[in-house]
Amino acid sequence: MTTSAHQKMWEELNLDIPAHDGLLAVLGKFYNDIYLSQSGRLKGMEYLDFVLSEVHGLRIKELQDAKAAGRKIIGTFCVFVPEELTLAAGAVHVGLCSGAEVGSDKAEQLVPRNTCALIKSFIGFKLARLCPFTESCDLVIGETTCDGKKKAYEAFADHVNMEVLEVPQRKTASDRALWKSEVIRYKAVLEELTGNTITEEKLQAAIKLVNEKRRALQRLNRLRHADPAPISGRDALLINQVSMYDDPVRFTQSINTLCDQIEERIAAGEGVVPAGTPRLLLSGCPMAVPNWKLPFIVESSGAVIVGEESCIGSRNTRDLVSEEATSMDAMIDALVDRYLQIDCACFTPNDERQDNLKTMVNDLKADGVLHYSLMFCQPYEHEALKTEKTMHQEQVPVLSISTDYSMEDVEQLKTRIEAFIEMVS
Amino acid sequence: MALFGGIDIGSRSIELVVRDPHQVISRKKTATTFDPQAQIRRLSQGLVFEKLVATGYGRALVEKAGICPDIETITEIKAYGLGAHDLFPLAQTVLDIGGQDTKAIALMGSKVAKFEMNDRCAAGTGKFLEHLATVFQIPLEEFGHYALEGSQRLEINAMCTVFAETEAVSLMARGTNPHDIALGLHSSIVKRTLTMLTRVGANQPLLFAGGVANNPCVIQLLTEALGSAPLIPEEPEMVGAHGAALHAIR
Ligand code: SF4
Ligand code: SF4
Repeated sequence: MTTSAHQKMWEELNLDIPAHDGLLAVLGKFYNDIYLSQSGRLKGMEYLDFVLSEVHGLRIKELQDAKAAGRKIIGTFCVFVPEELTLAAGAVHVGLCSGAEVGSDKAEQLVPRNTCALIKSFIGFKLARLCPFTESCDLVIGETTCDGKKKAYEAFADHVNMEVLEVPQRKTASDRALWKSEVIRYKAVLEELTGNTITEEKLQAAIKLVNEKRRALQRLNRLRHADPAPISGRDALLINQVSMYDDPVRFTQSINTLCDQIEERIAAGEGVVPAGTPRLLLSGCPMAVPNWKLPFIVESSGAVIVGEESCIGSRNTRDLVSEEATSMDAMIDALVDRYLQIDCACFTPNDERQDNLKTMVNDLKADGVLHYSLMFCQPYEHEALKTEKTMHQEQVPVLSISTDYSMEDVEQLKTRIEAFIEMVS
Repeated sequence: MALFGGIDIGSRSIELVVRDPHQVISRKKTATTFDPQAQIRRLSQGLVFEKLVATGYGRALVEKAGICPDIETITEIKAYGLGAHDLFPLAQTVLDIGGQDTKAIALMGSKVAKFEMNDRCAAGTGKFLEHLATVFQIPLEEFGHYALEGSQRLEINAMCTVFAETEAVSLMARGTNPHDIALGLHSSIVKRTLTMLTRVGANQPLLFAGGVANNPCVIQLLTEALGSAPLIPEEPEMVGAHGAALHAIR
């Protein structure tokens, strides 16, 4: 990494430079151990390695350049924020979720101790001045999903320029009407912030662009139906993580190139692991960079992850926006409908998620489900129980894990995960 | 005849079962200490194994001890399942309360059908009893008998070892009969264990293993709660090593 060239930029973003250097060193080592040590990786992963190595470098530089050219940067915490509108307004859309235990002590001054690690982490990163993404944002969009985030945004709004979208909790007609009005309001917010009008042409193009990105990720997920698994779960998770902040056009291209390589590999009957390796579906809370703890344990214990049923995974890519609509109103409707298909545990009831899980288990020929919830995450901890019940009926074993970003439970997790793998083998 | 071994490296003790393809030849046990590798070497001194299977919390250490070229590791869950099924072929459930963790395992034959394990906290494990026995200044082996002399079962609410101690100490300060307090502490372990057992189905017969299966008070309270006495092997802490040794001859 060309650290010195970035140093000035980080200073201008008012990052805590010594602490930030420390963070990058830890991240680099972590990445080395978990990613670069893998054997039989696809050539196309070099792009992802590069993007990740420049996560706080070149990508931030690109954001600064975009800002200098008059574009606005929008930060988000949830896949409910319609990226199509952000792009149609000429703005840049980045995910701000974070997966490292940073600044928790500071964060606990703003949110209670029994708050999930994801929330604590994004607040910690802000208060410790360690996230160049957050510092680059012109506007941060929150949303009313779980109580933890809702209340955290109130406190967070003292530190960043925020707007909160109201996401309903059910999917009835009146909920849809509410959500539609929020989507329209988001459009207005963007137009006001950027000074650009979201025209029909621009929105149509943005819908296509985001669909293309999702199609590439869908293609990747389909290729993972193959046994032996052609790509490790760690790499697939990384791809989904990078999709949250990378340039969408370049990203889509790279993933399609990678998929071409995967196809060749499948045609040759090759994989990253031998055929018959136990296959697990990871399901639950999103895993943001650099939260690679569980996938690493699983894949060091003789199994392979074949799917991520989460927002940094298939929940974000499964549904496309209909491209048939051309009028503004029809396109807004198409967006509203697409986003309301998201089967987040914050909804009630949320039976779609159980159905989607069953489909994934079948398609991916998964031998078991590893349900992951962040400690103190009510919605997903509840649905862990629901998932156990569904999968019991399907006779698919489930291991439900509730953990956080710390490393202190790794040994115990290893035993539980290894025992689970022994059980499904 | 060729020797096979199963070794269980727990947080408190290490157990070794030595066998040939047909039967168990010897069982040994030692403390884990801060140098488990040296303990492993000491325990297996003079023994040449055809194959050794390691299990338990420190299973990965055995490879580094360099005592046998053919070493495989399996988890305690699998080892207890194998061991329990061999000792009591009818067992449907295994409860293991060891030094640092508690496991409840539902069996299908010798295979694990479902399991539960305590998370990072040591509440409800052998460690909990060990710590509280020290507070009572009573040797761990006698703590169960001591508690059985209690007549009134107090409700100790704290599950956390540290809070349970605080609760016990404040009860003592109020002049509560210490035997009753000890009984209450034992009962809190059993209560926690039952939650785990229920989650795996708790079908009978149930085999109770691990070091805490030597504690008469936990046995009695568990018997009351389950409605019948659990099966307890002769040396309950050997079940994991026994299962590992069985895996070695496969
Ligand atoms: S899990 Fe729910 S709240 Fe979290 S990003 Fe996904 S949709 Fe949003
Ligand atoms: S992981 Fe759960 S508690 Fe945390 S932000 Fe997401 S939905 Fe909320």
